[in-house]
Amino acid sequence: MNSGREVIDGRLTVEGFSVAARAFADKWKTHNQSLPPWSWVPLINRTLLLSNQEEGYLSLENILILSSLEESTEDESLNVATECSEKEEPVDHTILVQNQENEAHYYDFHIVYSASYKVPVLYFRGYCSGGQPLSLDVIKKDLPSCSVSLLLQSKWTFITQEEHPYLNRPWFKLHPCGTEDWIKLLSQSSISAGCQMPVELYLVSWFSVVGQVVGLRIPLEMLN
Amino acid sequence: MANEAVKYVWEGAIPLQIHLHKSDVASHPAPPPALVLAPRIGYLPLLIPLIKPYFKDSLPPGEDSIWFDYKGVPLKWYIPTGVLFDLLCAEPERPWNLTVHFRGYPSNILIPCEGEDSVKWNFVNSLKEAQYIINGNCKNVMNMSQSDQEDLWTSVMNGDLDAYTKLSPKLKMATIEDDFSRKASLSSPQSRQGVTETDVAGQVKTARIPVRLYVRSINQDFKNLEDVPEIDTWDDISYLNRPVEFLREEGKCFTLRNAIESLLPEFIGDRAQTSGEERSRDDDNTEEADGLLREMGEIKLARIQGIEMKLEIPFSWVVNNLMNPEFYLHISVLVKAPQR
Repeated sequence: MNSGREVIDGRLTVEGFSVAARAFADKWKTHNQSLPPWSWVPLINRTLLLSNQEEGYLSLENILILSSLEESTEDESLNVATECSEKEEPVDHTILVQNQENEAHYYDFHIVYSASYKVPVLYFRGYCSGGQPLSLDVIKKDLPSCSVSLLLQSKWTFITQEEHPYLNRPWFKLHPCGTEDWIKLLSQSSISAGCQMPVELYLVSWFSVVGQVVGLRIPLEMLN
Repeated sequence: MANEAVKYVWEGAIPLQIHLHKSDVASHPAPPPALVLAPRIGYLPLLIPLIKPYFKDSLPPGEDSIWFDYKGVPLKWYIPTGVLFDLLCAEPERPWNLTVHFRGYPSNILIPCEGEDSVKWNFVNSLKEAQYIINGNCKNVMNMSQSDQEDLWTSVMNGDLDAYTKLSPKLKMATIEDDFSRKASLSSPQSRQGVTETDVAGQVKTARIPVRLYVRSINQDFKNLEDVPEIDTWDDISYLNRPVEFLREEGKCFTLRNAIESLLPEFIGDRAQTSGEERSRDDDNTEEADGLLREMGEIKLARIQGIEMKLEIPFSWVVNNLMNPEFYLHISVLVKAPQR
């Protein structure tokens, strides 16, 4: 029975995205406690239009990312440090440690649904403590070195500077070419085990690949 | 020869009166404004070679980073000029008075523009996205030879419809069956309708149409367009880049109204659907539900290519005749917000 929430051909409907986003955020909160949780931003907060459907995007903001100071062979993921906040309900997860330029760099990440391509897209931006936006050259220095070479060499992933679909500001957009193709590949293993990829796992699978480009790893438990 | 409506669209132009921003004036007296005719389907940065000669002697020393504003609102350079005009001027202003800046690019608001290359990249990207929506993939654009892509872009830059009409069949865009457009001449091999290669989706029962909807929502009713308040920032406008699912049902005509309402479900509300194309409303546009009087949202105005559209026009005609060269339909809408 097609509830409109199924993963078809590696692609998602807008309802499917909402379901997948909630599931992703929940799993992240459970398994990835070293990082702040994602929050769901309903579109009605961002546009003048009221929407019948519950549309929105996922947001993870104010993350301080440290670049690996040395070429590390074991783990190329980024070190994201958190401090125990003294506030009961920490709103701002800003962090202590600084990057090699001795300047605090903060990052915001949004996972937004593309109605045209029917897949999620990652938007991100970096800025200094003063709010000054970071250029892509500076951002590349913060990314793990393997992902920078991936960017330079590969044809499947592109970072471009475009306007955020809802915020009227320039952001960087990471759009892997053929998302639906490699999602299908990830689904193959589920299919051979006798089941289609459940929509709840779509974003987890997607982020396990895409997150690596910006140095955000997810623990394997999230894929269960 | 392409049909009349498409010619009309390509020939559309807006007279601009462009003033140099006072902070960029380093000469005395200040230079008079430049008068430029801007193609509707073109983009503001493409006019810079025409504009710069007027002002180059007045500029302070330094590097140029050119941008435009209208009444203080920085203009998004990747939106076609005609769309900007239809959206920002409720009451059309002729000539349209814009301000040009050569310094102080607002890079926290506008994405950077490196001249023609940026505009071309934006065009090709939009074309890929439109093709993905229409055909289900963008391989035809991707497989186009570099020189064909260049020529296609050049035809748009120059407003050369004949050149464009010769090249666009290479895109093999699926067509929408349309009983309302005057058919192109049968002797012309470059008709926009009738592409039948095998990797075209062909004429389909349901189709996705690339639409960019720009919505201004106001709370009060108004008698004249002059009374519509001005826009202060882009946050006053809601932008929706999402396809319209074009439904073909026997005996029913899918209208422009249907298309817009499918993107703005709040403006259909809970009214019972009346059959046929006329919607009946109470005189004061209210309805009763659960004993409470609610005021519905209302589409006051829809503009495409500068034309104030009758909402009951068949959407297929609109799609086939009023699209921009990148195959997007840009619709500027003025709505009265629903009151809850």
